[in-house]
Amino acid sequence: MTEAIDGGALEGVRVLEVGGEIGAWCGKLLADMGATVVKVEPPGGDRTRSYEPFYQDEPGPERSLYFWHYNTSKKSLTLDLDAEAGLDLFRRLVAGADVVLDSHQPGHLADLGIGYEELRKVRPDLVMAAVSPFGQDGPYANYAMTDLTALAFGGPAWSCGYDDHDVPPVRGGGNQGYHTASHFAAIGILIALVHRQQTGVGQFLDVNMHAALNVTTEAGSYTYLVTQENVKRQTGRHASVRQTPPSQILGPGGRYLNVGFPARTEEQWIQLLAWLEDEGVVGDLQEYLSPPSRQALQAGDEAALEQLRKVSGAITAMAQDKDPYELFREAQTRGFQWGIVNAPEDVMEDPHFQARGFAVEVEHPELGASFRYPGAPYKLTRGGWAIRRRAPLLGEDTESVLGELGVSAGEVASLRASGVV
Amino acid sequence: MDPTQPNNGALSHIRICDFTGQLAGAGATRILAAFGAQVIRIEDRVTEGSWDILRGNGPFLDERRGNELGGAFNNHNIEKLGVTLNMRTPRARELLRELVSISDVVSENFSAGVMERWGFTYESMADIKSDIIYVSNSGFGHQGPYSSFKTWGPIVQAVSGLTFQSGLPDLPPAGWGFSFMDHTGGYFMAIAILLALYHRNRTGQGQWVDMSCTDAGATLNGPAILDYTVNGRPLRRPERPHSNRSEHPLMAPHGIYRCNGDDRWVSIAVRDDRDWLALCDVLGRDDWRDDERLGSVAGRRELHDLLDRGIEEWTGARDPKVVMEMLQAVGIPAAAVQWPEDRVAHDANTDAWGLFPEVEHKAMGRVRVDGVPIALSATPAEIRRGAGTLGQHNDYVFGELLGLGADEIAALAEEGVI
Repeated sequence: MTEAIDGGALEGVRVLEVGGEIGAWCGKLLADMGATVVKVEPPGGDRTRSYEPFYQDEPGPERSLYFWHYNTSKKSLTLDLDAEAGLDLFRRLVAGADVVLDSHQPGHLADLGIGYEELRKVRPDLVMAAVSPFGQDGPYANYAMTDLTALAFGGPAWSCGYDDHDVPPVRGGGNQGYHTASHFAAIGILIALVHRQQTGVGQFLDVNMHAALNVTTEAGSYTYLVTQENVKRQTGRHASVRQTPPSQILGPGGRYLNVGFPARTEEQWIQLLAWLEDEGVVGDLQEYLSPPSRQALQAGDEAALEQLRKVSGAITAMAQDKDPYELFREAQTRGFQWGIVNAPEDVMEDPHFQARGFAVEVEHPELGASFRYPGAPYKLTRGGWAIRRRAPLLGEDTESVLGELGVSAGEVASLRASGVV
Repeated sequence: MDPTQPNNGALSHIRICDFTGQLAGAGATRILAAFGAQVIRIEDRVTEGSWDILRGNGPFLDERRGNELGGAFNNHNIEKLGVTLNMRTPRARELLRELVSISDVVSENFSAGVMERWGFTYESMADIKSDIIYVSNSGFGHQGPYSSFKTWGPIVQAVSGLTFQSGLPDLPPAGWGFSFMDHTGGYFMAIAILLALYHRNRTGQGQWVDMSCTDAGATLNGPAILDYTVNGRPLRRPERPHSNRSEHPLMAPHGIYRCNGDDRWVSIAVRDDRDWLALCDVLGRDDWRDDERLGSVAGRRELHDLLDRGIEEWTGARDPKVVMEMLQAVGIPAAAVQWPEDRVAHDANTDAWGLFPEVEHKAMGRVRVDGVPIALSATPAEIRRGAGTLGQHNDYVFGELLGLGADEIAALAEEGVI
């Protein structure tokens, strides 16, 4: 059911991806848009090949579903960058590359003699992006960080969690700290490439994950910047300086609904009350009639909050004997911004995602199987997104990539024998 | 910064005719504006721009209130030009056609159908400018049974699986506590605009991009989705999710631990056996180091609750920054859970980076905003100007760019066209 694969918006763009896991998502974003992304792995394989979950739960370098997801459409070249022969081949590859995407610790490539200053001599209009926890220099640059610690230090975790502050703040799942760093890396690389199309000039990009997360907290940062107040976390809804009413409702079957602001306008408020009255879950309608204004809610006006709590209670009562998914559809059909809380797997079975063809089948020929993967984040009508190949086997493209440099199959064999590739 | 002066930004040759609002859309064009794109943000004077509900909402700098004083709106619209067009009038639609003819990109995050009702589709705009790029960003995209459904960040996060991914066992979803997918939808939208620009420069072709924030959000759960589609294992199962722990990859112990003080916490990630032995040393837990059951990540995972209690006994007596320094000194990833105040006012990294610059806003005055976390060596971002006020740049855009005379512009204002 896959659509015909065209060249992709980035056809012809050659990217070398080296380093750790922070930048892998950026490499995938570029590769699925048609860039030729060569993942340079140490001969023993990229560290993330050992990451859970595994195909049929058996570990192995070709069985990590984590690796499968983050490396679609990429090529794999093994190269020992601690060996002089490996560095020499890397420099030769850079001469033909448009972009180097590096997510080693700061300074690592420069120590090896392949930092930006060296590489620009080989390729003057190179775009080189270095993604790191704190930027290339300055405070904390050499601290060890993971997705968890980055989300904690950078701000998002402070806003996530529960009304009960004896429960710790929560890291949102799914490596979203790495994703956020990668999103800015992709934005920066594309800005630099568009600039290079105009001027012929390449440049170096310093992508700071800590800074990226600091500007991805919505009210967390801008409230403090403007009023010097700290937002506080609340269960399943926006952290806020002043407490707001609950927004999540548990329906039958353990599924939650987000009813957010139950109604945004006076007209909507009346429509909502009419619906709740039809359902027989409001008693004396008069008690509900005045809609709480946004201003009153923001000011923490107790009467306005009480109005919302009452309506929230009526919605909860209505939800008790309805299918949560049907209630979500009915509310939206009536114009209310409600959402069903889907688990990741629910998304793959949801009729909307199915109608949009979100899931894509990806062939794994060596397993004699194909699997459904998450699909396109955007639909370009020209030069579109596609998973062009499943994640590469370790070193799968070593011969072809080095072959383009004029390295013969025999030479690759001897490089392999000496552990360089 | 004067919009009539040339800038040296990477995108100074790009003009965007921008109908985006809120954060999911405005957040995309703010980044492009910071890198020099001329972003002409079009609003409706009749409703005082209130389609963007952030315009008149807090936080407010002082006691003043009003549609030009919203702190979030200013934050999301730095470096853009403020222009008004009353799209109910034929003359405004004509002016928009003229703006399209001199633009590279038209961007919007209306509900599906709003632009069409004004007579602006990709096809009609391509007739005006053959290589125009038109990027639509909506909650559910322009196709599919939910395409008319309404969203804001938390709804996108709920439906795309992100809310469910964030939480602790036996508790409701914690969700994100902010509109993560408004930010991230904006990042994807910026990427989509840039991809289309790169493609246009290469091929001469423009195009329409249909972006659905929920599609974009759902791509951010890859390993969990593959565990389901490949291994048949759903995330909706007992003891899951437990998002302060780490399964992809497996790390243990891994969590957020109480520290000394009011609502003070520290995050610790023990990645491997080396980190584990270093942790045992710092905590003085020889008993843990010598316990064979704890010698592997699988074993530590089994006894995670026990380890969490032991770690919290130690962290509970200490300041989070002290714990962070003690563990970082031996190479263990650890970091305080920072309050907004800690990050904005007392963080050596954000300070050295200059992450929160101050802008000048015509009505608000001087106010600090989110900056840019990418430093480009040849073409750095510049953030100096606050959000445009309603029609602040009408004279420049209609006069300098479209060539209308001052009298004509005054008449358009008089007639309620701009």
